[in-house]
Amino acid sequence: MGLEEKAGNLGFFTTTLENVVNWSRTRAMWPLLSGLACCAIEMMSAQSSHYDMSRFGMELMRASPRQSDLLIVAGRVTNKMAPVLRRLYDQMPAPKWVIAMGDCASNGGVFNNYAILQGVDEVLPVDVYVAGCPPRPEALIHGILVLYDKVQQESITEWA
Amino acid sequence: MKNHLQTAVDLIQKKYNGELSSFRGHITLLIKSEFILEVCQILRDDFSFEVLVDETVVDYWRRKEPRFQVVYQLHSRQHDERIFLRTPISEDDPNTSSLVSIYPNANWYEREIWDLFGIRFEGHPDLRRLLLPKGWEGHPLRKDVPIKVEETRFTFNNDEIDRGKPRAEN
Repeated sequence: MGLEEKAGNLGFFTTTLENVVNWSRTRAMWPLLSGLACCAIEMMSAQSSHYDMSRFGMELMRASPRQSDLLIVAGRVTNKMAPVLRRLYDQMPAPKWVIAMGDCASNGGVFNNYAILQGVDEVLPVDVYVAGCPPRPEALIHGILVLYDKVQQESITEWA
Repeated sequence: MKNHLQTAVDLIQKKYNGELSSFRGHITLLIKSEFILEVCQILRDDFSFEVLVDETVVDYWRRKEPRFQVVYQLHSRQHDERIFLRTPISEDDPNTSSLVSIYPNANWYEREIWDLFGIRFEGHPDLRRLLLPKGWEGHPLRKDVPIKVEETRFTFNNDEIDRGKPRAEN
């Protein structure tokens, strides 16, 4: 005989704190409005009405890192841009997540040269890598849903 | 070659010992770098080549003398003519004179050349790096700079390369 039975149809249910906090985090995840190269075109496409990323709680891209909790690194990261990107990441309030979108952000892609960072994970802790050159909007949305699964499994000890 | 351009080319060939070559109607004059200022002054003032369209460098690596050639592309709006000038630059002391006093837009071209090829321009007002970040060492568009920064990954060397890579912390 648990609380659920007593509550009847009073309109509430029980769950764990982890569950509800993680759920609410995934349902209102605001990505930073930042695109570095051609992958940004696919990211915009994923945002627009045809693919409609806002079905998954990504209602709007924020233009300020202080209002966002997801950094989608969309495109190749040049050595000159790397400190800027790190600074943007540092300005985001915790909890925060990073998606490396596309081959270039994941490992340098075709740009194996002096100008391009060989993977954004050299400067940022990446949660999800999305493969593709560029990834289709569906792939990006899939990457975000994978990230949601990851966030959903976070435990209360990781929050601190 | 039109009359106007022919006169200009003849004059420079005679006075500065320029070496003429042409490819599909593009006229190129090879001039020693100590004459480039005078030649440009004459072309701009007397032959109305008042636009410096481009200034760039070719690196003939493994050839010591000249290692580089600076390429100037001039345009005359009045006559609708173009002329290319090239000056050989040695490997040991890569420097030439700056064109900023004649064509102000040479400023950023020369900064870019200094940035990427490491050729000094004497008399340039502000010879800083233009594109690369501060504190960069070397001049990456030189042909002796390695193309790849990381070995191509295959299954047999993937883990080894991965171990050598820096990883960011939270």
